[in-house]
Amino acid sequence: MSIRARFNIQQEDFRLDVDLDLPGSGVTSLFGPSGCGKTSLLRAMAGLDHHHGGFLQVEEQTWQDAETFLPPHRRPLAYVFQEPSLFEHLDVRRNIAYGTKRIPAAEQKVSMQQAIELLDVGRLLDRKPASLSGGERQRVAIARALAVSPRLLLMDEPLAAVDVSRKQEILPYIESLHRELEIPVIHVSHLPEEVAQFADFVVLIGDGGVLASGDVNEVFTRLDLPPAHDSDASSLVEARVCGHDMDYHLTQLAFPGGELLVALKSLPEGRKVRLRVAARDVSLTLQRQSGTSILNILETTVDEIRAENHAKVLVRLMAGPTPLLASITRKSAHELQLEPGKTVFAQVKSVALLS
Amino acid sequence: MVCPMISEADLAALVITLKLALTSTLVLLLLGTPLAWWLARTQWRFKFIPEAIVALPLVLPPTVLGFYLLLLLGPHGAVGGLMQSLGGEPLAFTFAGLVVGSVIYSMPFVVQPLQDAFTSVGRRPLEVAATLRASPIDRFFTVAVPLARPGFLTATVLGFAHTLGEFGVVLMIGGNIPGETRVASIAIYDHVEGLNYIQAHWLSAVLLVLSFALLVMVYGLNRRFRVVRL
Repeated sequence: MSIRARFNIQQEDFRLDVDLDLPGSGVTSLFGPSGCGKTSLLRAMAGLDHHHGGFLQVEEQTWQDAETFLPPHRRPLAYVFQEPSLFEHLDVRRNIAYGTKRIPAAEQKVSMQQAIELLDVGRLLDRKPASLSGGERQRVAIARALAVSPRLLLMDEPLAAVDVSRKQEILPYIESLHRELEIPVIHVSHLPEEVAQFADFVVLIGDGGVLASGDVNEVFTRLDLPPAHDSDASSLVEARVCGHDMDYHLTQLAFPGGELLVALKSLPEGRKVRLRVAARDVSLTLQRQSGTSILNILETTVDEIRAENHAKVLVRLMAGPTPLLASITRKSAHELQLEPGKTVFAQVKSVALLS
Repeated sequence: MVCPMISEADLAALVITLKLALTSTLVLLLLGTPLAWWLARTQWRFKFIPEAIVALPLVLPPTVLGFYLLLLLGPHGAVGGLMQSLGGEPLAFTFAGLVVGSVIYSMPFVVQPLQDAFTSVGRRPLEVAATLRASPIDRFFTVAVPLARPGFLTATVLGFAHTLGEFGVVLMIGGNIPGETRVASIAIYDHVEGLNYIQAHWLSAVLLVLSFALLVMVYGLNRRFRVVRL
């Protein structure tokens, strides 16, 4: 099961030429700077704009080719717009029911009740959209999208219109979506944090085309691509909870490249988590240090080194099969005589738990 | 006699006026809604031409409009001739002819508020409805129309009120046939001509109060809309 998309989008201020083969499950992020055409691509996939010569096939079903163009209302998808576009003349309940009413009962895989519970909007049902906060509105919009039981969920920066403090109010809901419903999600974002948090697969868009696509950590740690050179560049680690140290209130997390400790989290053993390690929080030593306050030390191999500027270099390390980024000074790199293949110890100052 | 100051003939004129306004408003909404929808949505670069045509009655002397309609609808006109050859009667000097005239004359008062309302609804709610499986017709009736409700209210009341006050077009194509095409505005004119000021007063007062009440309603219920634009 997969999604094949070919589009050549020409507009006044940009052009975008893509040929994509996307996974038919999990979350795929279309990631790139503002104005690169990500939203236009998503709209083209939804059929909201018709770009001639495009091609789109979802689960063996052709939505667009030379002869076919399914209008949006015939495509089994749902779309969450950047600004929560609720129908102002309908209350929350009827907003959510709008799509549900229009699909045959046999296609109802997500019940309205399920969508309402998942986004926790039960107590808002009788309210009019005008009386809701930005975060509440977007949660209702997502519930409404889910309630049509889409076979593909398209989301255009669903958090962009929500203020920072409200983001945490929505994030957990979006995260739980694909875990609980198994609906493939294509998500557009220009924020690395957002991609790091949700995406399994990322398509990096820039310069009018696709710069790279693949597993999100693989793409984010490639030194020849822009994300690694962001000031917040970081690596993502898929780990599993393997135990708790109740004496020191720490949780142990294991991943193929080693083990990491974080402050105690009430997570069950075996639970999969995603960790984010900022490149600037990783320092390197040639020997395993003792007598340091840093708990997380991983044995790694230098994979690639690239100068960031006159003072800094970016080092891509491999902790087993897991790539890690370290941002260090050029002077240190020189003194440590770093070169590909060399074994070094990565001291990780802090680890953020994303899920 | 309902009121000692309003004669039976005047009452008949008022009834015809109301009947004309009601019928015209209905026809205006039926024709004006799709026209306004198209004007609000089309990307056509020459859409200013139909817009100008719709706005024409705002600036044209009603007698000019009436004159052309008379030529068109009369027994020798294109439409009137066609009606006659089909076994009907020419539209000039009939109630149906008055409706045709009023509809054209009041068109901008219905199309413009509707067009503004559809424009302010924007594309987004319709796109959302499309991604929620609503077909174009479905989303027009379940999203565009309810969201444009203030525009429909304005259009209905203005279309109605404007037809109430029509004079020139009616005089040209309707003649002044009592009980059939004689409307209140013409009856007032006749009263003044005949120096029956008291009767003119009463009839005028009825129209004044009615029109004022209707306009108060439009302006009071939705302040967002300009009434007409040129």
